[in-house]
Amino acid sequence: MEDTEHIVAEAMAEAESAESSRALYEVKMKFLGRTGKVTALLKGMRDVAQELRPAFGKRINDLREKLETLFEDLEKKVKKRELQKKLSEEQIDVTMPGRRTAAGALHPITRTRDELIDIFAGMGFEVFEGPEIETEYYNFTALNTPADHPARDMQDTFYIRDGILLRTQTSAGQIRLMEKKKPPIKMLSPGRVYRADDDATHSPMFHQMEGLVVDKNVTLCDLQGMLDEFARKMFAETAKTRLRPSYFPFTEPSVEVDVSCSACGGKGCSLCKGTGWIEVLGAGMVNRRVLENCGIDSAEYGGFAFGMGIERIAMLKYGVRHIRAFFENDTRFLEQFKD
Amino acid sequence: MKVLFSWLKEYVEIDISAEALQEKLFSCGLEVEELIYLGENVEHVVTGRIVGCEKHPDADRLTVCTVDCGGYGIKQIVTAATNVFEGACVPCALDGAIVRDGEGSRKIKTGKLRGVLSEGMFCSGEELGIGDDFYEGAGINGILILDEGTAPGADIRPVVGIDDYIFDIAVTANRPDCQSVYGIAREVAACLKKPLKELECGYHVRRTDVKISVEVREPALCPRYLGHYLCDVKIAPSPRLMRRRLAALGLRSVNNIVDITNYVLLEVGQPMHAFDRRFLHGDQIIVRHAEEGETIVTLDEKEFTLRRDDLLICDGERPVALAGIMGGLNSEIGQDTAEVFFEAASFARACVRRTSRALGQRSDSSARFERGVDACYSPYAGMERALHLVEELGCGTVTDCKADVGSACADRSFSVSYRKLDKILGIHVPEEEVQGILTRLGFEPGDASKEQFTVHVPSWRTDIDLDADIAEEVIRMYGYGHLKPTFLENAAVTHGGLTPAQRAQRHFKEVVARVGYCEAYGFSFYSPKDFDLLRLPADAPERRSLKIANPIGEDLSVLRTILAPTMIANVVRNVRRGNETGRLFECAHVFLPREEGLPEERMHASFALWGAGDFFDLKGLFESIAEAFGIRFTFVRGEKSFLHPGVTANVLSDGREVGWLGELHPEICEELALEKKAVFGELDYDAICGQFRKTFAYHTVPAYPAAARDLAVVVGEQTTCAELTDCILRACKAVTKAELFDVYRDSRLGEGKKSMAVRITFAPGADKPLTPEATDAYFCKIVDRLHRDLGAELR
Repeated sequence: MEDTEHIVAEAMAEAESAESSRALYEVKMKFLGRTGKVTALLKGMRDVAQELRPAFGKRINDLREKLETLFEDLEKKVKKRELQKKLSEEQIDVTMPGRRTAAGALHPITRTRDELIDIFAGMGFEVFEGPEIETEYYNFTALNTPADHPARDMQDTFYIRDGILLRTQTSAGQIRLMEKKKPPIKMLSPGRVYRADDDATHSPMFHQMEGLVVDKNVTLCDLQGMLDEFARKMFAETAKTRLRPSYFPFTEPSVEVDVSCSACGGKGCSLCKGTGWIEVLGAGMVNRRVLENCGIDSAEYGGFAFGMGIERIAMLKYGVRHIRAFFENDTRFLEQFKD
Repeated sequence: MKVLFSWLKEYVEIDISAEALQEKLFSCGLEVEELIYLGENVEHVVTGRIVGCEKHPDADRLTVCTVDCGGYGIKQIVTAATNVFEGACVPCALDGAIVRDGEGSRKIKTGKLRGVLSEGMFCSGEELGIGDDFYEGAGINGILILDEGTAPGADIRPVVGIDDYIFDIAVTANRPDCQSVYGIAREVAACLKKPLKELECGYHVRRTDVKISVEVREPALCPRYLGHYLCDVKIAPSPRLMRRRLAALGLRSVNNIVDITNYVLLEVGQPMHAFDRRFLHGDQIIVRHAEEGETIVTLDEKEFTLRRDDLLICDGERPVALAGIMGGLNSEIGQDTAEVFFEAASFARACVRRTSRALGQRSDSSARFERGVDACYSPYAGMERALHLVEELGCGTVTDCKADVGSACADRSFSVSYRKLDKILGIHVPEEEVQGILTRLGFEPGDASKEQFTVHVPSWRTDIDLDADIAEEVIRMYGYGHLKPTFLENAAVTHGGLTPAQRAQRHFKEVVARVGYCEAYGFSFYSPKDFDLLRLPADAPERRSLKIANPIGEDLSVLRTILAPTMIANVVRNVRRGNETGRLFECAHVFLPREEGLPEERMHASFALWGAGDFFDLKGLFESIAEAFGIRFTFVRGEKSFLHPGVTANVLSDGREVGWLGELHPEICEELALEKKAVFGELDYDAICGQFRKTFAYHTVPAYPAAARDLAVVVGEQTTCAELTDCILRACKAVTKAELFDVYRDSRLGEGKKSMAVRITFAPGADKPLTPEATDAYFCKIVDRLHRDLGAELR
């Protein structure tokens, strides 16, 4: 019988030179397969004397076990090597672009409008949208804007016919709500408004958001407190407001409200023209006559109102320079507002 | 409203800088839009006296002058000017000085002119930024020759009147009383807590036999008319200070009488007019409506044809002025005017505005009347001041011939309580502060020690009639900085938030954006030509639209009845700008006329895609919307004048047409030079939002997987996908889905035939899996049914 040690050495030498698992398998078969050397040895058992057979059998079994362990170890090594090779071949360029489904975008006016609504809804405001085509009564008369007030001039207002116009302010919605609903009232009236202005800084159509609070014991300090809260949520946690006198027919006292410049924190920069403040909205205590026009007892109830241009807020918030950009609908502009 | 710092100082002792005053005014409600320093770009220019003039040794046109510049020493200045002479006082820009140069400035340095040292430059009026009205001789093309005896070595700016500021103040519409120097001075005095000096108004009156009658036939349009007759008038130029002030505030000096009327306009805010009495026929003034077609030629020599609405000032025979706007040429003050009739009146602002706008004729007078001139204080103060100035300037004699027609002043007073003021403001303003503020503003508050006190509203404050107005006066003077922000401490809690309908609308936009569409915002109006672009027939309902009576232009004159034209314009604009593909949507109202009441406003949603994708991509959006809101859309072949006849669908919901989609008609693409294929669609949102009923309800997931089979059949070309899938669904209850995935055409299939391939999904049983045998049986049933109903052959 061939020396088993010799067979092991031979198998080891052949197996170790096998490059692939396929080659290794072939070597394995050469020794352990049906026609392999070990099997052939086993077949030689017939020629071995009866009394020597157990020792012979054991020797061959030891040999087989030794070889099987050997091949198992080598197989593992080869597989691992092969896997590594495969993995290294499968390496991708992770900087290549990902695949995505194309998403659209909400318009910055919608975004700003919704953000404003959410801020005030959290303070207990409901939303009421009046018609865009209004009567003179709701747009002017009920808002204490007398017939010969300059704001009523044909120069500023688009008329459909006598007494019917495109609303110039969302304040018109205030009256419609107050006629229907009794205090306490907290409402927002957002929407499109129209003025006969068309130049670089004006658009014949733009958007306003009007806010109204009517209740007992409402003061100018409450107005400022609420607007402070709005400024903090909309612009910056540190934002402050400043009130200064102004005039609107439907409020008294009337104020312009400036918000501390969030670009420079109030130190003065190009955005706030060095003043540290940015004019953001108009507001005031609701004029007694307006309440009375809606059948609300002005001795018992008072209120405040505020109104802002949504485009103006969006321009401040997103840094849009020209109001016209909002209505040109260039996808290169709109796509900047993707979620 | 423009005022001069020096003029304000005449009435209030102002001990702060112009910049500090600007801040003060801002906080009490007068926003200074622009603070202009008249001496801007004039620095280190001093007065000098020429003590010697010699010809330049090497240049015929140059003169070498020796100049006494007082404290600055004797300087040698070389000049090319020809109007200088020994003894002349002139402005000298010394070394390092800055003078005006057009809109900018330039620096002057010592240098040599043709080899001779020149230590500066003489200045013309232009280089100091002034004309003749500031200083006689400043307008000539040469050096400004100052008054004889001007002391040398003085800063030139005060000498020529440019060491002064113009405050350009934004006056709100409720404060016509601030349309004057004196009105602003009153505010300045109040906010600086300084006394306001009274207008100087005294004069002597000479008796006369002249009688001039005034008759006001339209008292509603002319509530007050004051007239006063002057004799011995000597027309001459006005004094320098008056001319300077008029010029600084933008008015041209004419002569002493006319200048007085303009001076009063600026100072008191009362528009005045001066008639030459010679031309007042019948010594009569009649204020009346114009007759239809009556004409007048105004001072600026323009002729106007009038309507009955217009108000005229007439003499006994003819119009002599357009009320509140401009005097007539026929009664103008001339060099030889010797008798003058002054007018100071109040005209209704609506009337002045209407006429001014209708005729396109505006003036400083009309601008003030349009804002409102009170009938009580203003005409009286204006006339008194004008008469005083006549005497002060020595340009005429005031007589006792005068007229005062119209309402006497009514006392407007009401009661206010401190508690009410605090209740509006939310803070306590000390009583003595309230009293001080109201007193300084002329409200004459009554007994201050009582909780309730009376305020007398000064007649010029036409804006005040409520306690809230008083609260505003108090807080703007006391300072808004005193407010302590609170958050509705004493108000009721309210439940805010969006209604389901408002939330749905917001969600609708989110759904559309999520699947790749960018939101657009279009104007609510477009051109009537947009209907023609859509090739809408004359009787198309979309053409029944609302028109704006006074549009900016025809392009923006018709309110939208369909959003598509805006969307088409969006696509064209985008493609022209190089955005080759894109998807857009807009949600906005269309406006539909109604027989009565306000027009109908319906929310529409409009969609577009171009460059990439086709009809079915947009249809996919409609399907996504249907899925998101739990509604069902049915698509049927449709017809729209502006869409490709073969690629158009009407969208139905509950059997009603609620929208459409399709490819833009190639003819319209050609007309618009749109080279990209574009698909448009529109939905009547208000018609579908009532059907939104998306709910999430859990159904037990089957324990066994579903089975799917692909089926390809050959059918006639006219068979639609919907017919095929409907037939499959009808044929077998176990079918949960039948989706077309391929259509194939080949001549081998036969003339007019096509092959349609469908993936059919079968539901498993509730408690047992689908066996291949059962699936086979279903499949055969379907094939039979397709053959029977549609003549389909299995391929």
